Amino acid sequence: MSTPAAVRVAYRDWLLYRQVWRSNAVGAFVQPLLYLLGVGLGIGTLVDDNAGSTVILEGTSYFAFYATALIATTPMFNTSGEALWSTMDGFTWGNAYRAMVATPLDPRDVAAGFVIRFGARAAIASTGVAVVLALFDDTRSLGLIPAVFVGVLCGLAFAMPIAAWTSSRAQADSFPAILRFGIIPMFLFGGAFYPITQLPDALEVVAWATPLFHAIELTRGAVLGGLSTDLAVVHLAVLTAYIAVGWIACVRTIRRRLWP
Amino acid sequence: MSSAAPLIQATGLKKRFGDFVAVDGIDFEVAPGESFGFLGPNGAGKTSTMRMIGCVSPVTAGSLRIFGLDPDEDGRTIRSRMGVVPQLDQLDNELTVLENLVIYARYFDISKAEARTRAGELLDFVQLTEKASSTVEPLSGGQKRRVSIARSLISEPELLILDEPTTGLDPQARHVLWDRLYQLKEQGRTLVLTTHYMDEAEQLCDRLVVMDAGKIVAEGAPRDLITTYSTREVLEMRFGRGRNAEFIADAESVSERVEVLPDRLLVYTDDGEAALVALHARDVVPDSALVRRSSLEDVFLRLTGRTLVD
Ligand SMILES: Nc1ncnc2c1ncn2[C@@H]1O[C@H](COP(=O)(O)OP(=O)(O)OP(=O)(O)O)[C@@H](O)[C@H]1O
Ligand SMILES: [Mg+2]
Repeated sequence: MSTPAAVRVAYRDWLLYRQVWRSNAVGAFVQPLLYLLGVGLGIGTLVDDNAGSTVILEGTSYFAFYATALIATTPMFNTSGEALWSTMDGFTWGNAYRAMVATPLDPRDVAAGFVIRFGARAAIASTGVAVVLALFDDTRSLGLIPAVFVGVLCGLAFAMPIAAWTSSRAQADSFPAILRFGIIPMFLFGGAFYPITQLPDALEVVAWATPLFHAIELTRGAVLGGLSTDLAVVHLAVLTAYIAVGWIACVRTIRRRLWP
Repeated sequence: MSSAAPLIQATGLKKRFGDFVAVDGIDFEVAPGESFGFLGPNGAGKTSTMRMIGCVSPVTAGSLRIFGLDPDEDGRTIRSRMGVVPQLDQLDNELTVLENLVIYARYFDISKAEARTRAGELLDFVQLTEKASSTVEPLSGGQKRRVSIARSLISEPELLILDEPTTGLDPQARHVLWDRLYQLKEQGRTLVLTTHYMDEAEQLCDRLVVMDAGKIVAEGAPRDLITTYSTREVLEMRFGRGRNAEFIADAESVSERVEVLPDRLLVYTDDGEAALVALHARDVVPDSALVRRSSLEDVFLRLTGRTLVD
């Protein structure tokens, strides 16, 4: 009985993760809790019922509005870091991927292993947030379950294109800029803190092009309701497109990198 | 050469990186059970050739068959029957030695239970049993090299390709490795290896090719190469820096050939002692003199005009 190649690739990731799982799993739970207590509750008390917030947020509390976005943003941060430095390690410092493609595995199998690794990391991150949200009345909902699934898609929609970029880089010097000028602005302007309708029109269009906005609409809709099926399909399609393009790019850049 | 179908067959094999030609149309065959070497200086194209054989670098031109298969079409099958020791270790430093072997076995779809059994035997074979549960990071260079060799054997490959298996190791570690490689050869495995070390090539290779600047400049059994391209003995003389050239004419008169290196004169002759006596008779007295047997180093010098290792 043969095991799928991607699973055998991911077995290595599992052995490495096993060494850090305790701190990683605790972090996945504690970090969103801190964010929520700090930003969600703190700012929430300032915002709720002020400046027309009830209308703008369509009746939900600021806490619930912000908290549901974390199910998407947390895996985004997690897998982006993983797709940059940890992935670079496999190409350069540790060369693990080079070792893999000298066996019956090929670059496509390495990329498939990425999907499992990033998917699992995203699942751990969004599950941690979902568990925290289940503690609060405003966000306790069965919709947290599909929201975790969206969190996984969101993580992959970031990680796969980023991993393709990483695979094509000889050095890691561009990585901090990706976080500073790519990921963090999305976090700030992608609809996590306020509806993107509050943005100037031009920026609103930009937000529509980012995967994060679509993921947040889905997680929020899943937990709080109020999302039409049509729009949900559009959001899912955009996330899937990012993953698909990332996958194709990954297979190519890995092949070029490892099989010159 | 044996009559069995060759395990590896290359014709006009070429590798280009952009405009740069790393391997420039080489022909060679490796028979089953043979131990075959690529000898050459830095940048000769040894690794580039090994990587094409390992099906991890597309052939630019010419033809390459391994197990009679085409790397372009059947790379996966070829790689499944081959073990690879790369020039630089590619071990997972944060994992243990045993884990390194087991994950690698999983890449070949060998079950974990089977992998552990084989790993135990192989660690025994490379004398690292007591390091099984140590992480790789703190191991010495020679120990890491042995882990790499054990790992390359986990799939019980018919063909083993080793890129500079002993570079950077101290003499004792090299001898331990040679002994292990010799055992593998006795088990009937086919070995293809690259090296800068003449003694390594002489010890381990049934046959070898000398590469220089992407081309094969000579091919044969080590002893035959020495017989063909060199004399039985070499007299090495030192007269002090800058003075060696003064004695070329004298040296030539008592030998077949003379090479001048920055620090010494190499006098090629079948009887080094006699040559030295003859030179003394002409009042040519070096600061120091040494008679030794010819080696592949001399073959290389003859063929390329350069020394292989300084
Ligand atoms: N991926 C690559 N891209 C560009 N040039 C390369 C690449 N790989 C090798 N080369 C060049 O090809 C030439 C042959 O390199 P190769 O690694 O095959 O030499 P080698 O005989 O193994 O040398 P060494 O003894 O130093 O390991 C070198 O000039 C090297 O710079
Ligand atoms: Mg090399």
